[in-house]
Amino acid sequence: MRSTADAVIIGGGVIGSSIAYHLAKEGVRNVVLLERHSFCTGSTGRCGAGVREQWGSERNCRLAQASINAFEHLEEELGYEGDIEFKQKGYLILAHTEKEWEQFKKNVALQNSLGIPSRLLTPQEAKEIVPILNTEGMLGATYNKRDGHCNPFHTTWAYAQAARRLGVELQYFTEATGIRLEGGRVVAVDTTRGTISTPVVINAAGPWAKPVAKMVGIDLPVYTQRHQILATEPTGPIIDPMVMSFSMGIYCQQTPHGSVIMGMGDPNEPKGYDIGSSWEFLREMSRLILRILPALESLRVVRQWSGLYTVTPDAHPILGGVPGIEGYYQAVGFSGHGFMLAPAVGRIISELVVGKTPFIDITGLDLGRFERGELQVEPSVV
Amino acid sequence: MKRSVEERNWLEQRNVIVCRCEDVTLEEIRRAIAQGATTLDELKRLLRVGMGPCQGRTCRELLARELAEHLGKPVAEIMPPTFRPPAKPVKLGLLSRMVENAPRGDEGSSLEGGESR
Repeated sequence: MRSTADAVIIGGGVIGSSIAYHLAKEGVRNVVLLERHSFCTGSTGRCGAGVREQWGSERNCRLAQASINAFEHLEEELGYEGDIEFKQKGYLILAHTEKEWEQFKKNVALQNSLGIPSRLLTPQEAKEIVPILNTEGMLGATYNKRDGHCNPFHTTWAYAQAARRLGVELQYFTEATGIRLEGGRVVAVDTTRGTISTPVVINAAGPWAKPVAKMVGIDLPVYTQRHQILATEPTGPIIDPMVMSFSMGIYCQQTPHGSVIMGMGDPNEPKGYDIGSSWEFLREMSRLILRILPALESLRVVRQWSGLYTVTPDAHPILGGVPGIEGYYQAVGFSGHGFMLAPAVGRIISELVVGKTPFIDITGLDLGRFERGELQVEPSVV
Repeated sequence: MKRSVEERNWLEQRNVIVCRCEDVTLEEIRRAIAQGATTLDELKRLLRVGMGPCQGRTCRELLARELAEHLGKPVAEIMPPTFRPPAKPVKLGLLSRMVENAPRGDEGSSLEGGESR
């Protein structure tokens, strides 16, 4: 392992790997990426693999929009020989309550003003997109054809391999154990394989962002929470878009591979690091999904798992540096939608590190917003 | 025409299916290992090996042997993969009819019960 680097990234998920690639592309090539396990073992590899730009806040919309633009050409950009399985068959977001419907009207107006081609649909129009949809009790839906699915493993691997070719050292199975500061500046990172002298460290540790931030004395206002998910056996094409309901707290999408992936947010789930699987989830998930997609009844579940959301008080990530700790940057607190924002976030963080103005304005996504009390909560989350 | 040993090996790798659920060949597995995969979970993430209905029962040991050979380690030192429930594929319809408050460890019989929805 290198003993001196220009930057050290903590976290080998999609965020850390995207940052590694973008830093190298900016010319910062003496970079070490530290990952306690292997690539995609934290939240990335456990996520629902959805990609959408239908958000309720301008900041999330802009980050997602730029990321989808990047996903469209990612294999080419990264020189990836595999398939990241990016498909744009849309997100269909269902409204069952008046409150949702009112929010969706605002969301679509905001999205359209930013150039996102989402639209409001009647239940009948929604059924034309997903013929097996049960529209009973539905008030309407929103749909955006640019949303879709992407394979988190291949995307992360593609970023990591591209970064490696540009000179980044990928140190899997290596844990960061401490960050050394001198006079308010980052000077080194301690790891289970030795110390790396570096003026820059980037916290991209996903669910472990909080303990990593503690290494420089920051108490991040985030908590972790289990979200469960399942996959069925593959079947022929039956659902094009991601089907999602915020009031039911569920989402469901068929991957290009043919399996159907579905997950649920349980409001009673305790905070913490439990990533076990429960049979209660299988029961609740199947009950909810069969209400809106009853034709899935005979599909077999082949796998269930869970992963952690790292949630901030306003469901927006915390990006950038922190005043008083020179050389420390963070890209944390994605609140369940980090994978789909990774292309834009990687570029933004690398631009900050080299002293450029980020290509997307990230005012209000800094850590200081919580102290200032300037929170605009993202309403559209599962 | 007589084929060289290399050519025969290449043909063999390309055609041998190691993961029958997901149709993954020996050639694809060796390519992923050459790209840096060192564990069974990494092979799963890149190739879906062991993620089909049989949950890796067929290919797990073959994969471990490939990794061991490439890394020059005994098979016993290859990190075991994560095992995911359910042990056997179960229909969503059946799961939705599981009875409330079924005692733990008795899910099997509660599945048979079939409370009406």
